[in-house]
Amino acid sequence: MYLDHAATTPMLPEAARVLAEQLVRTGNPSSLHGSGRAARRVVEEARERLAAALGARPSEVVWTSGGTEADNLAVKGLFWSRRNEDKRRRRLLVSAVEHHAVLDPAFWMAEHAGAELVLLPVDGDGTVDVDALGEELERNGDQVALISVMWANNEVGTLQPLDDVVALARRHGVPVHADAVQAVGQVPVDFGASGLDAMTVSGHKVGGPGGAGALLARRGLDLTPVLHGGGQERGVRSGTLDAALIASFGLAVEHAAAGRDAFAARVGALRDSLVAGVEAAVPDAVLRGPRDTSRRLPANAHFTFPGCEGDSLLYLLDSAGIEASTGSACQAGVPRPSHVLLAMGVDEVAARGALRFSLGHPSTAADVDALLAALPGVVDRARAAGLATVGSVT
Amino acid sequence: MRVLAALSGGVDSAVAAARAVDAGHDVVGVHMALSRTRDQFRTGSRGCCSIEDAGDARRAADVLGIPYYVWDLSERFEETVVADFVAEYEAGRTPNPCVRCNEHIKFATLLDKAVALGFDAVCTGHYARIETRADGTRELHRARDLAKDQSYVLAVMGPERLARSMFPLGDVASKEVTRAEAAARGLSVSAKPDSYDICFVADGDTQGFLRSRLGSQPGEIVDGSGAVLGQHDGAYAFTVGQRKGLSIGRPAPDGKPRYVLSVEPVNNRVVVGSADELAVHAVEADRAVWFADANGSFACSLQVRAHGSAVPARATVRDGVVEVVLDAAGDLRGVAPGQSAVLYDGTRVLGQATVTSAQRVTAGVAR
Repeated sequence: MYLDHAATTPMLPEAARVLAEQLVRTGNPSSLHGSGRAARRVVEEARERLAAALGARPSEVVWTSGGTEADNLAVKGLFWSRRNEDKRRRRLLVSAVEHHAVLDPAFWMAEHAGAELVLLPVDGDGTVDVDALGEELERNGDQVALISVMWANNEVGTLQPLDDVVALARRHGVPVHADAVQAVGQVPVDFGASGLDAMTVSGHKVGGPGGAGALLARRGLDLTPVLHGGGQERGVRSGTLDAALIASFGLAVEHAAAGRDAFAARVGALRDSLVAGVEAAVPDAVLRGPRDTSRRLPANAHFTFPGCEGDSLLYLLDSAGIEASTGSACQAGVPRPSHVLLAMGVDEVAARGALRFSLGHPSTAADVDALLAALPGVVDRARAAGLATVGSVT
Repeated sequence: MRVLAALSGGVDSAVAAARAVDAGHDVVGVHMALSRTRDQFRTGSRGCCSIEDAGDARRAADVLGIPYYVWDLSERFEETVVADFVAEYEAGRTPNPCVRCNEHIKFATLLDKAVALGFDAVCTGHYARIETRADGTRELHRARDLAKDQSYVLAVMGPERLARSMFPLGDVASKEVTRAEAAARGLSVSAKPDSYDICFVADGDTQGFLRSRLGSQPGEIVDGSGAVLGQHDGAYAFTVGQRKGLSIGRPAPDGKPRYVLSVEPVNNRVVVGSADELAVHAVEADRAVWFADANGSFACSLQVRAHGSAVPARATVRDGVVEVVLDAAGDLRGVAPGQSAVLYDGTRVLGQATVTSAQRVTAGVAR
């Protein structure tokens, strides 16, 4: 039973077929001969598909090796280009609940590139405090290089008020980047209509291949390159394009966008029964993220289980054949309380008992039933193990 | 059985886990994270707690086809092992942090959590044998390879925890056999160097580590008569039997080197004397842990260091205090309070206690 689709999800059969077909073809999309032209055609068709699916122009698509590279390019590239234009623009505003692919480049820029990092606070549901952003922009708007706020949070599924963020940023002439890796295929994502200046998407979260991603960058947006070389991708991102990955990725995004409403309705209902079932089975489990389902991803459910360690829960579920996640990244292999939960005001002890369940295309009611059957015993045992650890000091 | 294999990232624990898998057990690998700021235990450190080690442990688990988890036991480790290590030195005693780790972490926190999660036993790569008697009780014995024997640091665990432990390497003939087996199994850690030193003192500089925790505490170095011979920067940096680091200006009257005879934290003094004065004829110890009932007076052999040899002795247990008199006075030298005294009957571990004092052959008591 795989309940970890937010980590990665099976490839669409069509995307896998296209990948396999293209992998055996030769041709560098930058070459001028026939093989090169054929490969370029594959890449450009995929660019058009992906752009059309996400409300962008083809020229706004910058292929990358994945979501992390796109986030790095957005944070670093925007910061450097903005600061080069205007030395005062050193403030880097990112929400406190960003994925590490945004947070860590931001911390790095603060440490090594003179950025002044401002972490935007969130409320108890993980929603960015728009008033705090407004105050920051009122005070220091002329010093802000960029704002990065994710479309939807990868741990607790919270949808962020990007319309409000963009409206405020516009008033101060500040570009906005959003990591939309989790949002594509689950909620409507229209880059053009969003008013965003840059947006990250990833292949393997939507049924495409790993190692493929893109940064959508508004026309005319000045980005300082992070990878230097052959000048592919508008000179912003160098490196030979992989036509096979790109073709498969483009197709997967097209399918994800086209099937979004049906997916959200089906999986959303499944998620609602999962949440109700968990709360009935484990009455003291605490749902994290918004209870209002219109403000969270349809495929996401996230709980903390008091008195439990997340890794104990994971192990016990795994040995019962159920694969889930604590939702937060390890630091050097050491499970850490989630920075997202801590930013939401959850204390460190409670945050240790976090579990994320994320659904996907193959998910069925049987998956949810299996989880609900195993969960009470798992939680009891994990709770006993949590206490055993505490009680062993002699 | 459901077996939790503790994987350090080294060759021994990997082969031990492999043997547990071969024996048909349902094995899960766990690497203990013992520091929160893992920079402290950086790659290249000589212990077993670097990020590289965690990666090696995971790779070994993958090769064996077993699940792998990292358990964060760093807070407990800091409280029970690192803080104890510092406090013991500050109190003028000589602790063994590996013994404390086995007592409080591996065969306590880790084992208790494992049992609570439904495991039957914890498997480690220690070199020691477990023998089961006809009545089902278990005995802890020295490893077949006496050069690798680690029964000394395990003696603290006691019978209940031994009943839930597995040491699959106890009967290997030598470390080379373990390495060859690792290579044959495709475990990439087969040629990894042994860990040694203290894992939380990554650079091996124990005195520097203690200084960073305890600061400068200047005091006097004196001889047996109380005559001041020099100054020190912290009595905690000295341990009984130590010769290095004594900055004494003038030579001893007999021209021979001087050694630390005792550390007196109360008046912050380090007492030094000749090598002969280190000879011990009896030790007293408390906080005893026995594998079987131990009463009255009995013959045994006594070991006071992980890599020391055992000497014949007679132990007397009275009101929880163990007095061990050596058959041949002077068989042991330089015994310090805080050390673990492990008593053996042949290869069998009888129990262990913590040294509170050692009686020297010449005169005086090291406390």
